Amino acid sequence: MSLPIDTLIYSLITGIFVGVAAGYLGSLMVLERMSLVGDALSHVALPGLALGYVYHFNQFIGAFAFLFISAIIIWQLRRITKLPFETIVGAMFTLALAIGILILPQVDLLEALFGNIASVSLTYTLAAVACSIIAVIATKLIYNRLVLGMISEDLALSKGINIGRVNLIYLLLVSLIVAIGIQITGTLLVGFLVIVPAAAAKSISSNLKKYAILSAVFGAGSTSIGIIASTLILRTTLELTLIVGPFIVFSGLIIFIITSIIKWRSSRLILSRRP
Amino acid sequence: MSDQELFILEVTNLNVVLQNQVILENINFKIRKGNLLAIVGPNGAGKTVLFKALLNLIPHSGKVEWAKNVKIGYVPQEISVKDVPISVREFLSYGDKYVERALSLVNLDDKNFAEKSLNELSGGHLRRVLIAWALMDEPNILLFDEPTAGVDVGSEESIFSMLNELRKKSGITMLLITHDVHLVKEYTDLLLGLNKCITYFGESSKITEPGLQQKIYGEQVCLIGDAEA
Repeated sequence: MSLPIDTLIYSLITGIFVGVAAGYLGSLMVLERMSLVGDALSHVALPGLALGYVYHFNQFIGAFAFLFISAIIIWQLRRITKLPFETIVGAMFTLALAIGILILPQVDLLEALFGNIASVSLTYTLAAVACSIIAVIATKLIYNRLVLGMISEDLALSKGINIGRVNLIYLLLVSLIVAIGIQITGTLLVGFLVIVPAAAAKSISSNLKKYAILSAVFGAGSTSIGIIASTLILRTTLELTLIVGPFIVFSGLIIFIITSIIKWRSSRLILSRRP
Repeated sequence: MSDQELFILEVTNLNVVLQNQVILENINFKIRKGNLLAIVGPNGAGKTVLFKALLNLIPHSGKVEWAKNVKIGYVPQEISVKDVPISVREFLSYGDKYVERALSLVNLDDKNFAEKSLNELSGGHLRRVLIAWALMDEPNILLFDEPTAGVDVGSEESIFSMLNELRKKSGITMLLITHDVHLVKEYTDLLLGLNKCITYFGESSKITEPGLQQKIYGEQVCLIGDAEA
């Protein structure tokens, strides 16, 4: 049994748009050294996803609701306690993972953790495209303010930037993209999409524009190559599910290794040119 | 022009308490337009906190009154650019599109300087870029937290000299936090000694007078000039 061609096209379109958005948003997460936040935040979606499976409503809505509420709680706790994002998210994601696994029926666990592109519909694709475009545009509007806040909070405050507010908007946008990406890669691997493409781009970028564009391109590259590779490799063993998350991770890691080699070679070249 | 109009900043009974600790107590001073004031004091004296209170970035009591239509430029002590792949042009573009003009103000006229990555710059060049950033809005007062932080010894004086030139050209008022006591006398005209409260306020030229540094720092700080003499 092979995957219907329209499902493959929907998955590819969803994957490319989510990859672009995740890479672009992830570029800020990597700069802020919040990479683990992006990864851990994705697991917070699991209880929402589980409720969707159990009560037969759209899992994306369940995941997004949980991520949305968690992002607000994380932001509020950060404001009150001044603890690093990693600490707060670290505590929340283990709790969410535990609850999610308890609620989730065993039969759906694999799909929830690693995604399933066989269930990507036209409606889901359209929603993913719209959400990705909204997330990228909204992030572009606050990108400079977020970067300035990372460079110096005092500098940003002296320019009248409300750092707390832009951080909250950013967290909510990350939640949106993570919720959509879950269908493709699953909750365990979606964090990869906001970390590795940006990390790969960072090693070979000398300015922000190049960095942001490359992060988005590598995000789309990881998802599209991963989806195509998985359908080619797994097509003989296909049943009702098609797990592509691991293939997306492999594709992204190959991009990361290539950029790391480019970076390594260019730094060796600079060293050898020194008198 | 009345005497009142000449003051660009008046601070009255300023107090800052953070996490139940008194950081600044009963701070009173006035600055005239065009002054270059050096703020000196031991570590933990509250110098940076004073700037933040003046900029209204932290909670405080008392009065901080700026002259009408004042535009404030601010350069913090530290910025984290090590991990951010941002070019000088991109950084300065946050403030203004006239990047080259801003760079020429701080004597960074190299053709390709704006395309350099901020995290590759030397300490001295980074400070100059920060000054260019602060000057972009054409401020009439500049608050500068340690202009020579991270700058090698030979470049400290050139930064002070450049700031002094800027003041002469544009009449900008400057408040500098500094540890470079040997440069204070030559390049600034007012001195504010701070150690939670004001320990000295007067002419910078008095810095070499016996007992003054003892009073400000609590222990003797040797001037380079004195050592050479």
